[in-house]
Amino acid sequence: MGLRVTDLACARGGLPLLEGVSFALDPGQALVLRGPNGCGKTTLLRTLAGLQPALTGEIDLPPEAMAYAGHADGIKATLTVTENLAFWAAIYGTSGVAAALERLNLRALADRAAQNLSAGQKRRLGLARLLVTGRPLWVLDEPTVSLDTASVALFADVVRAHLEGGGMALMATHIDLGLPEAQILDLAPYKARLPEHGTGAFDEAFL
Amino acid sequence: MRDLRLALRAGGGFGLGLAFFLILAVLVPLGVGPAPETLALIAPGILWVGALLACLLSLDRIFALDFEDGSLDLLATAPVPLEAVVTIKALAHWLTTGLPLVLISPVLGLLLFLPGEAYLWLILSLMLGTPALSVIGTFGAALTVGLKRGGLLLSLLVLPLYIPTLIFGAEVVSRGAQGLSVATPLALLAGITAGAVALLPFASALVLRINLR
Amino acid sequence: MASFWEYANPLKFMRTTDWLLPVVTWAAVIVTTVGLVWGFFFTPDDFRQGSTVKIIFLHVPAAMMAINIWVMMLVASLIWLIRRHHVSALAAKAAAPIGVTMTLIGLITGAVWGQPMWGTWWAWDPRLTSFLILFLFYLGYIALWAAIEDPDTGADLTAVLCIVGSVFAVLSRYAAIFWSQGLHQGASLSLAPGTRVDWAYKAPLYISMVGFGLVFLALLLAGTRTEIRARRMKALVTRERMA
Repeated sequence: MGLRVTDLACARGGLPLLEGVSFALDPGQALVLRGPNGCGKTTLLRTLAGLQPALTGEIDLPPEAMAYAGHADGIKATLTVTENLAFWAAIYGTSGVAAALERLNLRALADRAAQNLSAGQKRRLGLARLLVTGRPLWVLDEPTVSLDTASVALFADVVRAHLEGGGMALMATHIDLGLPEAQILDLAPYKARLPEHGTGAFDEAFL
Repeated sequence: MRDLRLALRAGGGFGLGLAFFLILAVLVPLGVGPAPETLALIAPGILWVGALLACLLSLDRIFALDFEDGSLDLLATAPVPLEAVVTIKALAHWLTTGLPLVLISPVLGLLLFLPGEAYLWLILSLMLGTPALSVIGTFGAALTVGLKRGGLLLSLLVLPLYIPTLIFGAEVVSRGAQGLSVATPLALLAGITAGAVALLPFASALVLRINLR
Repeated sequence: MASFWEYANPLKFMRTTDWLLPVVTWAAVIVTTVGLVWGFFFTPDDFRQGSTVKIIFLHVPAAMMAINIWVMMLVASLIWLIRRHHVSALAAKAAAPIGVTMTLIGLITGAVWGQPMWGTWWAWDPRLTSFLILFLFYLGYIALWAAIEDPDTGADLTAVLCIVGSVFAVLSRYAAIFWSQGLHQGASLSLAPGTRVDWAYKAPLYISMVGFGLVFLALLLAGTRTEIRARRMKALVTRERMA
């Protein structure tokens, strides 16, 4: 029931970034992707989320298991915090907006318009959306950007509780999330090399 | 649902199309002259062209905001088919732009001395035609969503696609004004709308996926 | 027997067009010159239209090519979307400027011909209107290509636009016919018996049409080669950066 990635290669803007990426994630596990800027963390996550096609390789994932959260939180400024979450609850066909607000300490802000939130509060709202989706696999791109220390700890607690409930989390980040039990995958060794002629990838048809 | 609420909350954009439509109906007599016969003659065309341009005005807002704040990525990974998202977007655009245009058009018809028999056909043709304008416009908006300076390009892409709707829509009104039978253009207008609503969301979702990757 | 699809490989395409392009170019120059010179100088004047009729040898082939080129772009777009052959997408891209030029030639020669014949440069006639609309479709297609930076994204989006645009172009054509009954004569050539145009005109006209087709082919091959070279340069730069 977990996520299996086999020999994955992905590209950004016609430029191959990563190749030969393989890993597995089982229920209750977390994996943190590390690597310098521009090494392809976001590209890998977007490929896993199905937003862009992989060049080669296989992604094995049960259907309807994943919730993706990118750099941007997808918050509508003119709606209130509760309305924002209620929208996603309706999309995913779940309930539990109140519980999610509680967990991320947003209850006091529930009726505030999202445009009046601070950057960190918006981020917490974005993370509350993950709870609302009810999906077991969280794919998170830099989840702790603009969070203060207390909120990072809160986030770590939320992820830990999610893992204990049989969930999975795949995160790209630079900083320590306070999740010592998470496995770490450094992407640097998977940097794509020059493609061989005739592999079918990339623009080499023109060379 | 959310889009509708958003459009209403955001204000501005909602009334903008209407105001544009109104201004156009005021400017034309100022440019053409106040003679009732002339105005009555060109009223069907002016009203239809005005509706078309007013629709065009709010098209780039359909996806641009969602693209910027990342909701489009999240919607694309959500368990709702993108085709449905696109259709709802088009519906929201029609409810906030097309429908108000339909409702205000008789008033503008009055300003332009539209003959009495034509009002029914004006409302009916706009009612049938504006959904096609929204759906076609949504396709154009999906094509240009990731582009900087997409606004002008959007007009260039969408306006030629509006031509059949415009021709049949305006034809219904002007035939109605002359007391002729409107059955043929009305049926063709309805056909275009039905075809566009049924098929274009697939093309829109396809180009949206291409633009997101 | 080599598969037709082999030519979809850019390298194979370049190798083949290395010798094919000069052949086609010379054929285009010769056939077009023969067609036009014959048409302009060795045909009788029409008893009603005088020598103005001779613009037909430019007008009809250009107008015909304007439509054929769009159809070719539609086919190339479909091939790109279904089989993902780069040459196909680039050929569609290279064809568009030629198509828009042909449309413009058709419109301008039409205006020049229409002035003495109908006493007007322009009329909102279904045929003329359809060509003006076709011109707008070409412009939109070219503008979309120009606006997108990533070449494969551009190919995908313009291909979808071409397909959707084709449907609406056909609809516009019928809408325009419905909207106005016009001055323009019916098709100049028809296979039906009792043809309207005499053989003295038909022969050079057919030659001109073939000539225009060859001119298009030559320009298309040259344009596609340019596009392939541009892509190749991009690929080389990318490779350099990665190394």
